[in-house]
Amino acid sequence: MRDVHKLWILIGLAAAACGLYLFDNLNGSFDYALPRRGVKVFAMVLTGVAIAYATVVFQTITHNRILTPSIMGLDSLYMLLQTLLIFFLGSGHITIINKQVNFLLSIAVMVIFALLFYKLLFKKDNQPIYFLLLIGIILGTFFGSVSTFLQVLIDPNEFQIVQDRMFASFNNVNADLVWTSLFFIVVLIGLAWRNNASLDVLSLGRDTAVNLGVGYDALVKKMLILAAVLIAIATALVGPITFFGLIVANLSYQFFKSYKHSIVIAGASIISIIALVGGQWVVEHVFTFNTTLSVIINFIGGVYFIYLLLKESRSK
Amino acid sequence: MIQVRELTKLYGKKQVVENVSVDIRRGQITSFIGPNGAGKSTLLSMVSRLLDADTGEVLIDKTNTKKMKSNEFSKRVSILKQSNFMNVRLTIRELVSFGRFPYSKGRLNEEDEKMVDQAIEYMDLGDMQHSYLDELSGGQRQRAFIAMVIAQDTDYVLLDEPLNNLDMKHSVQIMKILRRLVDELGKTVVIVLHDINFASVYSDRIVALKNGRVVKDGPTEEIIQSAALKEIYDMDIPIQQMNNCRICVYFNS
Repeated sequence: MRDVHKLWILIGLAAAACGLYLFDNLNGSFDYALPRRGVKVFAMVLTGVAIAYATVVFQTITHNRILTPSIMGLDSLYMLLQTLLIFFLGSGHITIINKQVNFLLSIAVMVIFALLFYKLLFKKDNQPIYFLLLIGIILGTFFGSVSTFLQVLIDPNEFQIVQDRMFASFNNVNADLVWTSLFFIVVLIGLAWRNNASLDVLSLGRDTAVNLGVGYDALVKKMLILAAVLIAIATALVGPITFFGLIVANLSYQFFKSYKHSIVIAGASIISIIALVGGQWVVEHVFTFNTTLSVIINFIGGVYFIYLLLKESRSK
Repeated sequence: MIQVRELTKLYGKKQVVENVSVDIRRGQITSFIGPNGAGKSTLLSMVSRLLDADTGEVLIDKTNTKKMKSNEFSKRVSILKQSNFMNVRLTIRELVSFGRFPYSKGRLNEEDEKMVDQAIEYMDLGDMQHSYLDELSGGQRQRAFIAMVIAQDTDYVLLDEPLNNLDMKHSVQIMKILRRLVDELGKTVVIVLHDINFASVYSDRIVALKNGRVVKDGPTEEIIQSAALKEIYDMDIPIQQMNNCRICVYFNS
């Protein structure tokens, strides 16, 4: 029962963070400021949940707790797409100005890429998952290099727009997109939630999982695609932020010490809401917008990542 | 009965298991023995559907395993491999509870809990059931995994070198438990063994493999013979009869 208590504590903290962000310094601006803040909070909750879920699932599948799904190269693909659009069509084109078009286009490209990628790789049976990840890293680096190359050639004013997309930001999230994302994320996680018990078995390793009647290969395939789609949605909504998942997933493992995915995922989701909403409040009120949330996240995440690496190497 | 029919497995162009047909009888311990690289583990992995065979088929009580749902299969056949890598920290009881997964899908009812209790009792792990696996010795951990397989409550129990890295005392303990599983609970046990003396003392039948083929298949007394062993291991192994046990003295041959 202790896990449930911990979850309630986290939920309380998350509610407090949301309350602080929504109502602090509101000065009675219920019509203007509150709805705008509400959209931001909503976007942070969605992104947090999507990334937490995708990361925990991805780490279970790969049996590795210091990987993030960004290793599949989706972040870099997103950046490449944005760079290509601005490079060839210009920042005034509908695919850049119209956020909905850009959002749907980004999701479509990332999902199609993920599906093609897996389709090619899963054609052969028993392809080790690390081979797939290796290809992901190589493609990610390739996309990144092409983006950098194009960014160097681009007009400096246009580059400003690209740079804007390079960091995740909740400051100008489109309200309609939040609803679309909500729909997709709720449907996807809702459908996938019943797999949690099977994921618990998956963490015992392939052989034990197969012995216990889990359709290992099919489950891994399904979950990888799900993780990719969730990452695609989160990235298209606010920008590349996948690294963040590493922190919250590991905090959740440490906090709960449970093998149950329903608890770990719920915990990671709530921790990410606390971190995003709380972090955004700090950005707005302490740093007065002098930095962005993703810079802080990458800084803290990087430090935490080094800590994890040191801890892992010491335990061996 | 498990009927293995003309199973073949290729790694690249090398045939690791070549056209193997074996019958495994109910209510007995059948041991797979043979030199390193004979294909024993590969064969066991194919029988337990951890590995797909390139050709051939496996029938469990006359049903083709390819036609069985994975979950149905896991209620009838369990497999324990030698390496049990894990990413999570579990207590013995949590691990054993996973044995009920094919029935309960993670939500254990009263009957499941009872089976888990029995399995823990059977492996004599009662007073340490809430210890974490990474705090246990190799022998205790192996017993915990066997308890999980017992909780899985399958007719057929397949084990891949369960005595690996265990000292004499724990090896004997495990083999006695397997014997009890067969004699008291009517299970069928198939086991890959390296030490032919354990095979000789505890098994009812022995299947000997060499270079991916079955070279000997028969009751234990027939296989534990100097002539047969010569064929399997290319060694001259004298056999001593002691207290109704046939012991192979291979250390200086």
